Amino acid sequence: MADRVAFRVNGKPCAPQVHPMRRLLDVLREDLQLTGTKEGCGEGECGACAVLIDGKLVDSCLVPVGQVSGHEVITIEGLASGSTLSSIQQAFVEHGGAQCGICTPGMILAARELLDRVPHPVEGEIREALAGNICRCTGYTRIFASVVRAIEIERGGA
Amino acid sequence: MRSDLAQFELVHAATVREACERLEAGYRPLAGGTDVMVMLSAGKLQQRRWVDVWGIDELRGIDVRPDSIALGSLTTYTDVRRHEILSREFPMLAQAASETGGIAIQNRGTLGGNIANASPAADSPPALLAYDAEVVLVSRTGTRRVPYASYHTGYKRTVAAPGEIIAQVVLPRSGERVHYYRKVGPRRAQAISKVCMAACAKMAGQRVASMRIALGGVAPTPVRAEEAERAIVAAEPLARVREALARAIAPIDDVRSTARYRRRVAENLLEELMGHVGLAS
Repeated sequence: MADRVAFRVNGKPCAPQVHPMRRLLDVLREDLQLTGTKEGCGEGECGACAVLIDGKLVDSCLVPVGQVSGHEVITIEGLASGSTLSSIQQAFVEHGGAQCGICTPGMILAARELLDRVPHPVEGEIREALAGNICRCTGYTRIFASVVRAIEIERGGA
Repeated sequence: MRSDLAQFELVHAATVREACERLEAGYRPLAGGTDVMVMLSAGKLQQRRWVDVWGIDELRGIDVRPDSIALGSLTTYTDVRRHEILSREFPMLAQAASETGGIAIQNRGTLGGNIANASPAADSPPALLAYDAEVVLVSRTGTRRVPYASYHTGYKRTVAAPGEIIAQVVLPRSGERVHYYRKVGPRRAQAISKVCMAACAKMAGQRVASMRIALGGVAPTPVRAEEAERAIVAAEPLARVREALARAIAPIDDVRSTARYRRRVAENLLEELMGHVGLAS
């Protein structure tokens, strides 16, 4: 059973020939070579594979690709424009928000969804937005500081 | 271990009718995938044929009526949390939603899926029981309403017939009441329950006029503790209420906890609940 599943990734149309129950994660990494999205636990606990579908944060390991037909997927590769980093990426660089880097794409997309939804989040909202993303390196402090910095950048306080 | 996808089938349904035809033919519904896809990745998914219901608009939406609120079965935890009236009148459901997984799971997990998956450790069923919810089941031949209290018939077994799909969950609106919800897991966030209790009471001054108590994680299905409810309304002493609760539950030892611990926690939650409604011992 293989279908042509047409959807948009980072603004570009694609239509891989895939089994509709294949994980979106695997299609992104293996068929579309978008290896920025990582696999951690494979069961929706760690958030390493998080992407946005129609602006909503999801774990791509739990999405059968057939369900993104006609939808818009944003991965970590879709945030920078050319060599210009997005504000959240810039903030993670400035504040050491990434160490080994496996959790980073998911963290950044979780932060992106938060800032799109709540432009001026309070501390509790930042913590909750990142709660589905596990990091085994940083102890979270620098990730949290990076998101706070991204909020400043987006407010225009570069 | 990965599953061999060639053994699986996923077909799309655009309407409830199409979905029901598939269900009659032995397919099972796939909504947000937060349980099914985990089983698939683990190589433990026995069911081979799936019908994708995620795109069925008829199963979405929260309808506020004068006497009830009807939630489409594809209502996500995020939808529940963001709905103002629902959060105000049914705060335990909103709390259950906010304590289920992280944002990425809440954006995909559905109320219908939580019920259909029939895990005894799920977080929304105790709240639905305490709120006296009804489940609307639709098949090609008709619609029926089932009290949620009689929906689960045994471990992972429900009254739903093969051709039926959960279309809605209906919550009767009620006047002012006291709510108590607490989930106990290994950690506060992102954890599956060991024990979960949801209760709501109507007060008449200092007295408890009516009470519904429901628990998850302590029996093969989510359960009501009706004898304990009656004991509270009759203002019986805590020891008697505890005994009644103990008779309502049948916890087991499993990967998440032990029967002994679950019993102790359930009784402790009961005591906390009684304090919450002003019946502190």
